[in-house]
Amino acid sequence: MRHSPAYLVVARYAALVVATVLFLLPFYLMLRNALSTDREITGVNWTIFPSSLQWGNVAEVFEDSSANFARALLNSAFIAVAQTVGTVLLSSMAGYALARIPFRYATPIFYAVLLTLMVPPAVTFVPSFIIVSRLGWVNSYQGIIVPVLFSGFTAFLFRQYFLNFPRELEEAGRIDGLGYLGVFWRIVVPNSLGFFAAISVITVISAWNQFLWPLVVGQNSSMWTVQVSLSTLMTAQTINLHQVFMAALISIVPLVLVFVFLQRYLVQGVAETGIKG
Amino acid sequence: MGATPAFWLFMGPFLAGLVLFVYLPIAWSFVLSFNRAQNTVQPREFVGLQNYIDLLQPGPFLDSLWTFTIFAAIIVPLTFVLSLLLAVLLNQITVARAFFRSAFFLPTACSYVVASLIWKLSIFNGVRFGLANQVLSLFGVENIAWLSSVNPPWYWLVLATVRLWLQLGFYIILFLAGLQRISPELYEAAYVDGAKAGWQTFRYITLPQLRTTSVAVLLLNLIAAYQAFDEFFNLLSNSSLARPPLVYLYYTAQSNQDYGHGSAGAMILAALIVLVTLGQNRIYGFGRPET
Repeated sequence: MRHSPAYLVVARYAALVVATVLFLLPFYLMLRNALSTDREITGVNWTIFPSSLQWGNVAEVFEDSSANFARALLNSAFIAVAQTVGTVLLSSMAGYALARIPFRYATPIFYAVLLTLMVPPAVTFVPSFIIVSRLGWVNSYQGIIVPVLFSGFTAFLFRQYFLNFPRELEEAGRIDGLGYLGVFWRIVVPNSLGFFAAISVITVISAWNQFLWPLVVGQNSSMWTVQVSLSTLMTAQTINLHQVFMAALISIVPLVLVFVFLQRYLVQGVAETGIKG
Repeated sequence: MGATPAFWLFMGPFLAGLVLFVYLPIAWSFVLSFNRAQNTVQPREFVGLQNYIDLLQPGPFLDSLWTFTIFAAIIVPLTFVLSLLLAVLLNQITVARAFFRSAFFLPTACSYVVASLIWKLSIFNGVRFGLANQVLSLFGVENIAWLSSVNPPWYWLVLATVRLWLQLGFYIILFLAGLQRISPELYEAAYVDGAKAGWQTFRYITLPQLRTTSVAVLLLNLIAAYQAFDEFFNLLSNSSLARPPLVYLYYTAQSNQDYGHGSAGAMILAALIVLVTLGQNRIYGFGRPET
């Protein structure tokens, strides 16, 4: 590449710095309001920082029984982990079967899986709710978790990935006397940890952030997830601003940690697969 | 173990789930859509196409399709242009690239609920202490009621910026990956042929080389706009100002417990998305192997 003139380099950095400030501004607002008193948030004279940091707001969020926030955090954590383990397990095995195990009807089955990609899960929420309510799964963990485990998209991504997996490695395992299951667990999975990590990180984030499905199925407040609880706080008759912002702040902490430690996998996953969390 | 049992062992659980939680619901919903089903998920009375006819009369369902159209017309081009621009900028710098990329990507960690909360209660709060109104007051502008103002419809600004903030980082990464796959030799060859750096190389090398990525970005973006629910629900609730299809369906199925009309609506939306996907496929060849 040729070198750019200095004024152009400066202009690029200036544009990026302005964009970065805009992107980080909402985080700052969340932090500022979470550690303020309501009086300071609604004050006529806008202050950049709260005059004293209200760490007591953390305890207040958990003490308010109407939001059920502690329970919601536990629910979300359990749902996110269970959903991720289940999705990755089911779709990696399905993807491996579609990529590697010879079977007469594999092609029609593959098309049947592809067909589900055409209909976005959000469009099927009414139909899915009908089945879940028939199963008596409304207001249950299995009602929130199980129906979303079967991601045709994730299975498709695993299939594409396994198609490019080096066959020689699998052959070596076969010579050592391993069957399909042995080859998959002892050779394919250990050699694909990066891809598994990428898909897992993306699934955890989308599971933690999903809103419509847990809202529809988890109607009882004991089943609320963090997002449903936040939404309830936000639309309540009387809003405690500092409390809502503190709850929002707490809700993003796990994901920001995931970001800090696993960003490499996340970026790799997005870049390779083009899917959203 | 032979191949066939192994295939079922690997594929069976997944396929069973797909049948139970994707195909069966859709089939059931298809049946319900021709029936009256109020307060029950059992078909009560066969009404033929009546549910569909009801929905396609001028009314909230058609309004919701119109809302989606406006939303897509705003959000899809904006997301495309801004994410491409930022990705190109990132690709051109050498220092602190990872820092900027992380800053743009970080909002992806937030949910639409959290973002809506910040937008509604802080930035675009219609009263004096809202950040936007604070800044405008420096210029002597009166308070603007961002979410309830109809003329001009400022709520679109709120809805669009929430989504841009949340999803730009994701598309920036996609474009960045696409940009980094372009061979530097192409640019070298263009310089030798006398192309000027800047717009010319962008127009004749970068853009064509990004064709696959661009189509993916547009399509993913369109589908994501079609699925909009969270920010509309949390910013505007059941407001008639802007109620996209899923919000309409939610209130039909959940509040009114009218599963006949809800199912018919879901069928119409499914048909639309299939049409759009097939049309896109025709036009752009999305899904064909990269050449």
